[in-house]
Amino acid sequence: MSLTDALDVRPGEDAHLVLRRATVLDPVAGIDAVHDLIIRDGKVAELAAPGEADAEGAEVVEAEGLHVFPAFFDPHVHLRTPGHEHKEDVETGTRAAAAGGYCGILAMANTQPPVSTAADVSALREQARAGASVPVGFLATVTKAMAGEELTEMVELREAGAVGFSDDGLPIVDAGVMRRALQYQHLCGGNIALHEEDPRLSRDGAMHEGPVSAGLGVAGIPSVSESTMVARDAGLAGYEGARIHVQHLSAAESVEAVRAAKAAGVQISAEASPHHLCLTHEEVRSLDPHRFKMNPPLREERDRQALIEGLRDGTVECIATDHAPHQPEEKDVPFEQAAMGVTGLETAFAALHTELVLPGTIDLALLVERMAGGAEPFDLERPTLAPGSEANVVLCDLGAEWTVGEDGYESRSANSWCAGKTLTGRVLMTVAAGQVAFRLRSFSLGVAA
Amino acid sequence: MKHLLSIEQLSREEIEAILDRAESFAEVGRRDIKKVPTLRGRTVVSLFYESSTRTSSSFDLAAKRLSADLVSVKAAGSSVEKGESLKDTIATLSAYDPAAIVIRHPYAGAAQMVSGWTPAAVVNAGDGKHEHPSQALLDVYTLRRRLGSLEGIRIWIVGDVLHSRVARSNLIAFARMGAEVTVCGPPTLIPRGIEALGCDVSYSLDGIEEAEVVYALRMQKERMSESFVPSLREYAASFQIDTRRLNPRQLLMHPGPVNRGVELSGEAIDSPQSLIAEQVAAGLVVRMAILYELLAGGEGGNTAEQGEGSRPTPIGTPA
Repeated sequence: MSLTDALDVRPGEDAHLVLRRATVLDPVAGIDAVHDLIIRDGKVAELAAPGEADAEGAEVVEAEGLHVFPAFFDPHVHLRTPGHEHKEDVETGTRAAAAGGYCGILAMANTQPPVSTAADVSALREQARAGASVPVGFLATVTKAMAGEELTEMVELREAGAVGFSDDGLPIVDAGVMRRALQYQHLCGGNIALHEEDPRLSRDGAMHEGPVSAGLGVAGIPSVSESTMVARDAGLAGYEGARIHVQHLSAAESVEAVRAAKAAGVQISAEASPHHLCLTHEEVRSLDPHRFKMNPPLREERDRQALIEGLRDGTVECIATDHAPHQPEEKDVPFEQAAMGVTGLETAFAALHTELVLPGTIDLALLVERMAGGAEPFDLERPTLAPGSEANVVLCDLGAEWTVGEDGYESRSANSWCAGKTLTGRVLMTVAAGQVAFRLRSFSLGVAA
Repeated sequence: MKHLLSIEQLSREEIEAILDRAESFAEVGRRDIKKVPTLRGRTVVSLFYESSTRTSSSFDLAAKRLSADLVSVKAAGSSVEKGESLKDTIATLSAYDPAAIVIRHPYAGAAQMVSGWTPAAVVNAGDGKHEHPSQALLDVYTLRRRLGSLEGIRIWIVGDVLHSRVARSNLIAFARMGAEVTVCGPPTLIPRGIEALGCDVSYSLDGIEEAEVVYALRMQKERMSESFVPSLREYAASFQIDTRRLNPRQLLMHPGPVNRGVELSGEAIDSPQSLIAEQVAAGLVVRMAILYELLAGGEGGNTAEQGEGSRPTPIGTPA
């Protein structure tokens, strides 16, 4: 399904744009050349030869030296609505997504109350149609009240428009309940996204268990807390012929478990977050809860390298931010007491471009591919620049340097793991579902020809 | 030195400077009038979010011996019980313009966070299971007095290392002073990766005879319900330091309070090789030295920025 068929967005005006002499890169569609890219009637109308596009009636953007990619898709965002609108809501969260170059996001269901009924889903979809800058899909919880005991009415939830299911924030501890959900998937459809963690191993852990936690005296969350659950659920999915999506992989052993499951033919997909791809537990020595307290925790360099290798070989098909907004009073407390999570929508591309592409760790094309890889696991069309497709386009200046937080955030919350960092590469404009969803204020567009 | 937040952040020279200062306060302690006017007119706040006998009383007495005005706040019975955040509590107390805030808190990094919220010098009197730097300093002081130097001395720290801030601060401090440290306890109570702090690990008391110093840690009863050890009886059978396991040339230390008959036998506690009483006595002079170094010390002292009037009176002038 196209993003607009399955997701909800505030209706607006179709863009009519010519991005003149842009470097157009869509590795999946096999596009990598300088073109005039024409957006018309909600679609990528044409990739014309540089300088040749008919710009009649269009806004023209002189994009020489700038890059155009398929816009990004984030399958893991916390919009905090309902219940925690002081942290984020549909409007602010989707504005943050647009500013980060995203043309679609999936919102997690661990709200207050959790999204567990058809009425919850319908109400959220209505909010999205009223105020979302980019298309949003909503996941519903797998279990009632996320208690991990009884399944929600998954058929009815799907009929109401739930894109898939997740108890994210909490694992489904009971293997029997997990198995029932996988069996039931054959009836209701929809992928099941899993926060993999064994709470009996994590206990009161607040960071990765290892030499840094030993030195800080902070209780550790061992890697096996995640990897044993990934292995368990891969086994269950294989047994039931069901499909799962593993969220925010953090440990090398988990990457290996996903790789082994894929090799065995299990229908399993996986995501990694920018902070796990860029940082390690060494950062936690600062005990700064604003930037470095999240679950799963930042782990070791070998884990980070395993995640990068997973991106390269396709074990990890997508990058997901796990954008988790919190207000200062939830973070201005000692590390162990602070809320888990960091924001990431506005910085994901720039951070990964700065930390992984510029040093040569991964290619730009791979990053672009993985940034949009989160749609397909949820049966959504991958954003593409192929002419005729829905216009989901991001324009970036890969040379632009900017300091994160200097001009504030679109998000209602400021707990960015990149706060204060200078990043290279900036989103200038985002077109989502044919509409201009974001323009950087300091970036002025050309006039109609 | 602006704050005392951890041993990790101290160099050997900084540790030695505090210990040297403590020696001079020990001399003051032998006089009839044990009070010096060094911090007259300045305020020290002591803020304890956890129960404490030794640490809180010795910091309080240290501040008084230095003639500071002391405000002692315990979490129990204060606005903390009404839900006031740490940040707001610090803002409130900072309004008294204290020269120093001594804080104990149940979570790691609390003292460091507080140092970002107040112009006062901050002393970490224990933050969660992270560090207890004043304890480590008084233990190094005690050993230095007894042995002259810690260079090459072998020290075994025995017990619940996982939950012990004393173990962490002490092993860093001992190693920094040149000692060779082994941590010893059941595998369930030794944190994974502790070797990275520069120590050896032993899961039994075999080999403890090589140590010149045995440092026992407090074993808390609640550890049994969490299956860290099956019973205190089994723990004591494997890890209790008694006079049989201790040879007469070894020195015995413990941060207190002791569980008699658990981590230490009564005989061992009361034996002449036990330094436990000396540790307590050292607590006072070392904490005086800490306050002095932070508030009245020479280079790096912050007397000027504190803006509380005149230069401190030199040590030795009776009040």
